[in-house]
Amino acid sequence: MNKINSIRKDWSLIETLIAEDRKILDIGCGDGGLMEQLENNRNAITHGIELNRDLAANAIARGFNVVHGNAELDLSQYSNNSFDYVILSQTLQAMMKPKDILSELLRIGSKAIVSFPNFGHWKIRLQLLISGKMPVTESLPYTWYDTPNIHFFTIKDFLNLCNEMNIVIEKSIGLTSKGKQFDISESVTGVNFFTHEAIFLLSYKNYEPVKIKSSKKVFAKNSVIAN
Amino acid sequence: MKTKFTTDTKLESEIAYFENINLKLESGDIIDNFKLAFKTYGKLNADKTNAILVCHALTGDQYVAGNNPITGREGWWSRMVGPNKPIDTHKFFVICSNVLGGCAGSTGPKELRNGSDVAYGGNFPSVTIKDMVKAQSLLIESLNIENLFSVIGGSMGAMQALQWAIDFPDKILNIIHIAGALKHSAQNIAFHEVGRQAIMSDPIWKNGKYFENNEVPERGLSVARMIAHITYLSENAMHRKFGRKLQSRDIISFGFDADFQVESYLRYQGKSFVERFDANSYLYLTRAMDYFDHDETFRKNIEFSHNPNNHLKYLIVSFTSDWLFPTIESKMIVNQLNSLSREVSFLEIDTDKGHDSFLLEEPQLDDVIKGFLTNNFAKIDE
Repeated sequence: MNKINSIRKDWSLIETLIAEDRKILDIGCGDGGLMEQLENNRNAITHGIELNRDLAANAIARGFNVVHGNAELDLSQYSNNSFDYVILSQTLQAMMKPKDILSELLRIGSKAIVSFPNFGHWKIRLQLLISGKMPVTESLPYTWYDTPNIHFFTIKDFLNLCNEMNIVIEKSIGLTSKGKQFDISESVTGVNFFTHEAIFLLSYKNYEPVKIKSSKKVFAKNSVIAN
Repeated sequence: MKTKFTTDTKLESEIAYFENINLKLESGDIIDNFKLAFKTYGKLNADKTNAILVCHALTGDQYVAGNNPITGREGWWSRMVGPNKPIDTHKFFVICSNVLGGCAGSTGPKELRNGSDVAYGGNFPSVTIKDMVKAQSLLIESLNIENLFSVIGGSMGAMQALQWAIDFPDKILNIIHIAGALKHSAQNIAFHEVGRQAIMSDPIWKNGKYFENNEVPERGLSVARMIAHITYLSENAMHRKFGRKLQSRDIISFGFDADFQVESYLRYQGKSFVERFDANSYLYLTRAMDYFDHDETFRKNIEFSHNPNNHLKYLIVSFTSDWLFPTIESKMIVNQLNSLSREVSFLEIDTDKGHDSFLLEEPQLDDVIKGFLTNNFAKIDE
């Protein structure tokens, strides 16, 4: 099968973080572009959630498993550890409760992949410093009064939150505004200054799947009536 | 099992006769012999992988597309099923049967009782959605079709599709469940009860024996239809369609004629319904819907089914203005399936046309059904 080239730069990076044959939940999956790429290039089984009705309808019509719904309300229906990866791409800053979402991602998935625009980028700092007005950039193109991005944060803020939540950063990729790619953890200085967009692969410290011990005997085959 | 097939030229329908079948119903009653009237559209492919069962709603029948000889009008879903339609009969072999207990040629209250020349009437045994599905599965089997690609239905048809997923998951690949629920709600049962009371309080009904005098409890049945019809629409749709517009007059009559267009419309709906539908059948089928309840059991049945059902794909669709089967009911199914990591898609379509939306012009419904079927069929065809 031919590999699909990414439509977005961050999608091709997300793909590099994902192993073959895994089960994936894409939150804010749009019309299924990333799902298609991962099914095709990584042989993944994909599920998606999309808030926008028309995008969800497109994704379903393209044959993807997509639930039209709101991640902030609907993630609770998924069972613990039911996905290998849960992806939240460019959306964390638009969530009402980003911290809760982050812990939900790692409850549902063994690993989470989170990407976001870095509010600590030098262009943004410079804009605020010089103009004294809320910055408007290519990656954050909205004026303050009509932006969907309600929680701005920098790479430093995100690292602090992960530390506080005992989340391990397995991999971290930074992109400069010119698309140059680097490893955030290996860069010593200026990361928070030059990173335009960041992508993190996250998991919990010393993670082991929860083993449930039950005193009851496991259901024998055919012992349960289907009606 | 021995099944005889004939064609009823008057009904323009195939009839399958199941003899000495001793079909045990959920109520415990047994039907020795029964028949199902059905129609097929398109061609079964050589591998028999392209069969789709369409399940009709409460007052539907086997005439999905083409001419309906009973009404003289187009089939009830002819905008959805046909060549190059969303359920494309160039590609798929579509089967639709009149439900057990129905009145368009299948065994039901208006048909003659086994070996007698008297109709069942009120002596027909109580049938449930599960019984209807069991009868359909026998039909599919007798057509030598092992697996259905899809089972599709809206409203009571959605109940049947869900029942297929519970009872025969190993015989199907996916279901499309439109404007349905895990259970018939208290409000829905209440509306049905008013409809049934309207029929049973018509003096012509005579405990279901109206056929003995060749009579029909027209008044009761038409009132039942009028009530039901209100529940299939929405306030906005009614307002848009009728408002307070007067019917064939400029001023109100200060009487009880059909002054308003909405009254005239409902009267017409009631009147045309009695010409095509049997009153007893209406009692039995509304009851079957009332008894439908998988609220507590659905998750358990899917999780612990002794039939493999992991492969099943679900497409669940609801409509914003459907207050009979509101979105929340569909979402309960979606939640339970997601909690079991099943392959489920869900869409709530924005429309003001109410519960009946699934029968009407809704481009987004067409798109998702067409895309879901085409893409999932391409996957098994690879």
